[in-house]
Amino acid sequence: MKILVCISNVPDTTTKIKFTGDNELDTTGIQWVINPWDELSLTRALELKDSNPGLIESVTVAHAGPASSEPTIRKALAIGADSAIRVNAEPLDAFFVAAQLEKVITEENFDIVLCGIESSDFNGSTVGGMLAEFLGYPSVSAVSGINIENEDIVIKREIDGGSELVSVPVPFVAIVQKGIAIEPRIAAMRGIMMARKKPIKVVEPADVNALTEVSSYEMPPEKEACKFIDPDNPEELIDILQNKEKLI
Amino acid sequence: MSVLVYTENWDGKFKKLSFELVSYAYGVASMIDTDVVAVSIGDVDDGELEKLGNYGAKKVISVNKEELKGLDSQAYAAVISEIAGREEAAVLVLSNNNTGKAVAPRLSVKLNAGVGAGVSKLPSSTDPFTVYKRVYSGNAYANIVIKSDIKILTLEQNSFEVNETGGNAEIEQMDYDLDESLVKTEIRDVSKQTGKLLLTDAEIVVSGGRGMKSPDNWQPLVELAELLGGATACSRPVSDEGWRPHEEHTGQTGKIIAPNLYIAVGISGATQHIAGVSSSKCIVAVNNDKDAPVFESAKYGIVGDAMKVLPGLIEAVKNTRTS
Repeated sequence: MKILVCISNVPDTTTKIKFTGDNELDTTGIQWVINPWDELSLTRALELKDSNPGLIESVTVAHAGPASSEPTIRKALAIGADSAIRVNAEPLDAFFVAAQLEKVITEENFDIVLCGIESSDFNGSTVGGMLAEFLGYPSVSAVSGINIENEDIVIKREIDGGSELVSVPVPFVAIVQKGIAIEPRIAAMRGIMMARKKPIKVVEPADVNALTEVSSYEMPPEKEACKFIDPDNPEELIDILQNKEKLI
Repeated sequence: MSVLVYTENWDGKFKKLSFELVSYAYGVASMIDTDVVAVSIGDVDDGELEKLGNYGAKKVISVNKEELKGLDSQAYAAVISEIAGREEAAVLVLSNNNTGKAVAPRLSVKLNAGVGAGVSKLPSSTDPFTVYKRVYSGNAYANIVIKSDIKILTLEQNSFEVNETGGNAEIEQMDYDLDESLVKTEIRDVSKQTGKLLLTDAEIVVSGGRGMKSPDNWQPLVELAELLGGATACSRPVSDEGWRPHEEHTGQTGKIIAPNLYIAVGISGATQHIAGVSSSKCIVAVNNDKDAPVFESAKYGIVGDAMKVLPGLIEAVKNTRTS
């Protein structure tokens, strides 16, 4: 079986977000990373390959983005992915990206497709589900575990107040969240050296129109300064919450 | 034309989230001068379905099939998109919860409809159709134009005021002709806590971080949450250490919540944590370090040791109850 992990290139969470004009991200000083949920997916894919060597033959990463995102793809290869595919296009919106990934998958026949549940830039949570629908594959969302025992794939998904163990036939898309892996795997020196030689296949985009566009960005509303309350007078806080804020 | 809202049920019942969704759909419908049609999938009795009328649904279509008992996103999307076609839906509204996140993107592809994911306000304009949403994990907001004919909006939980219109809904039991080959999800086991207030539903949340020092110190935090009728949460290091169950982890990669009141105790307030709680209406922070970043996000703060401050707060709440 072949696993594909879809990865997105996002600013590191601790990066200060700024804009030039009102609809362009100011990229100066931004540290670009693999989207955190995609990094966990990749980690779990590699764990599954390590523990099921006969069954899982390869782990590939796919990304829709311009050449400038190659350092992030190299990082995924350094962590342990066998190969990479990059669709050479600006990722216009989720629908556009999912349509590009569909083309990659139908050409190469992957059995398990992993997508992070959201990206930390647009926080849309939509690419994985769209991709599954484009492909006509079943999908499981909010996945917090994937285990393979005797070639039987069991998926854990989060529901309100608990979890379910489910199975779906391959090929499928799993849309994964926290829990799928504990800590993201880190690239070792040997991996970084090997990544230089691993192939990144570049494909040209399919002709698809985006359905949404950003007209402008805004910074979060200014927050008033914190009002400090004397630790010896907790009654004051409770009084404020009850009578002024009317929250309790 | 219509605005179609998918109202999920929990063991045959709706909850506040459902009424928020219908209220939101009613707000959108008023902007484009049309009516709200609600879709329910599962075993929900007429009395429960009728409740949706009170929040602005003109009609409720109920599809009850054994095969649709568990969530299968492919099958659910087939049902909802067919009804959307029949009802000539111009806008579809779903929750931005796990179910909505599983189904909305599939509807997008089926209906060639752009998604405004995780909105918290009514559209600022319907021509061009523009929605406002949080991006960069709360570090910015974006105005997004949906260009397709049909639009899909997923609403953040606890972000829209419930609004009673006092209306009545017509109930239609639809005998949906399901293509059973679409249902591919086999549910093998369920483990679920019942009767406990869910973190994502709670209007008050009391949350603990590493400043609580030990898992043995949680009792006063739990007591304060119970006194306030709220739920408990924690920061990532606390759930990673196994001090608290991982379902309680709030933050960028954990649960994203927006309660009315969030009390952070012994949480330093790393960017990743704040990303999960920044939509809370009021944040209170208790931390012994006056320079902790959490105070930048808090409206009210107490600089002090959690183990000393919590008993004082509990006492103060109890006093308000007896006086």
